[in-house]
Amino acid sequence: MESVGMDWSAIQTVAWTLIKIMALVMPLMLGVAYLTYAERKVIGWMQVRIGPNRVGYLGLLQPIADGLKLLMKEIIIPAGANKSLFILGPILAIAPALAAWAVIPFSDTLVLANINAGLLYVMAITSMGVYGVIIAGWASNSKYAFLGAMRSAAQIVSYEIAMGFALVGVLMAAQSLNLIDIVQGQSGGAHQWYLWPLFPLFLVYLISGVAETNRAPFDVAEGESEIVAGFHVEYSGMAFAVFFLAEYANIILVATLTSLLFLGGWLSPVPFLPDSIVWLFFKIGFVLFLFLWFRATFPRYRYDQIMRLGWKVFIPITIAWIVVVGGMMQTPYGYLFH
Amino acid sequence: MTYTTAIFYFFAAILVFAGLRVITARNPVHAALFLVLAFFTAAGLWILLEAEFLAITLVLVYVGAVMVLFLFVVMMLDINLDKLREGFWDYLPIAGFVSVLLMIEMALILGSRHFGLDVMATPEPHPADYSNTKELGRLLYSDYVYAFELAAVILLVAIVAAIALTLRRRKDSKYIDPAEQVKVKRNDRLRIIKMKATQKPGAGEGGA
Repeated sequence: MESVGMDWSAIQTVAWTLIKIMALVMPLMLGVAYLTYAERKVIGWMQVRIGPNRVGYLGLLQPIADGLKLLMKEIIIPAGANKSLFILGPILAIAPALAAWAVIPFSDTLVLANINAGLLYVMAITSMGVYGVIIAGWASNSKYAFLGAMRSAAQIVSYEIAMGFALVGVLMAAQSLNLIDIVQGQSGGAHQWYLWPLFPLFLVYLISGVAETNRAPFDVAEGESEIVAGFHVEYSGMAFAVFFLAEYANIILVATLTSLLFLGGWLSPVPFLPDSIVWLFFKIGFVLFLFLWFRATFPRYRYDQIMRLGWKVFIPITIAWIVVVGGMMQTPYGYLFH
Repeated sequence: MTYTTAIFYFFAAILVFAGLRVITARNPVHAALFLVLAFFTAAGLWILLEAEFLAITLVLVYVGAVMVLFLFVVMMLDINLDKLREGFWDYLPIAGFVSVLLMIEMALILGSRHFGLDVMATPEPHPADYSNTKELGRLLYSDYVYAFELAAVILLVAIVAAIALTLRRRKDSKYIDPAEQVKVKRNDRLRIIKMKATQKPGAGEGGA
């Protein structure tokens, strides 16, 4: 037991942890900024437009300019709003989005906190992200914001179940909740990735991830053509920007988890190339591209169809596949599921 | 005071404060949010007890799902505080009776000499690679498998009963089945027919 007080080694540990947190959060924020740029460029190309091209070379400074603009703007708190909760909303949205990154490994050794129940921790922390949305929607004292919050709460709670069951399949295959162990269970080349034995779960996880992050085609929480901008319609300036940061940090988180759990993380797809963090970034980039592609391709789902897809299609599929995985593990073909 | 004790008192203070605010907050949404804080802090205390699995599950289930639905309902209610307070004095005797009973029960357990700190030895701290989750799972599916399955069946029955009690089909509802809508193909709705143009090309332009 360490004692409280001016213990030099304890202070050193805290300082070192803070430095590591900064080293994680800063690139993440930069990644968020350039994900918005990539989104506008990619969707621009898909719709035969150019996308941002005025600020900096090829518009590369556009996210910086956008960030500065939002920083300068006034945060307006509506007269009928619940002030303390109105401010708390964006904070509760971004805190889980960043806290979940604490256990995400980037290689065998590069991880902030290597804990046993890493997967469970990620699920628990990300499940708290919904509070930011519903508190913001309620505290705004606006019908559109409230409708957005209600839609979002129902949607996130429904898809969390399918997502959780998809992860149960992964932990059955890996026999561990530790994210590093899960990645190492997929070593040996691309054919060993959990993508193949757990393919239905991979699809369910990816699509539920899109729904969890309120992205198109599941963006009924924002649905600009129906309820203006949904839960954050009353937010301006940096308060809005924080919601934006949280949404994109969550998108990158889901892409990273998909890469770690189903696509072998930092493992190389072919035996003759070394494992490296570059592979992980490449896989994350690919999944992120899928997110942008979905948004450019699919029209928005109707609310009752979203609920039907989540409860009547995804949850039965995941439960059935968990039974298949568990049953196959008792047969001589169990090695296919590791 | 050691580091862990300091953390314990910090968490315990937040927990007691949040618990008090749950029953004193005037706004029901605030009360529900303080309950969320209480759950989260309790999870922190459980981590101090090396019960990581239970702590994370508490956050996952109660904070992540149950309280969301709670808030969902509370936000939609139009609660009139004056009306809620009306029966306060009528209910006070029975509420007092229940709380006195609870106090006696707690005193019996916590105050007795069989459960004091000096009787219960401090549990051995487990090594870093000890997996709480694995141990719990092993126990649940071996030693306590019947009790576990029984609890699962009871819960299932409760779910079915709750749905059966609240499910009502209104005859006049204009319910549409999304499953059937999704299955619709182009040929069900659209018919392409070939027909002769009624006007010569170029003749009727500018009219529409």
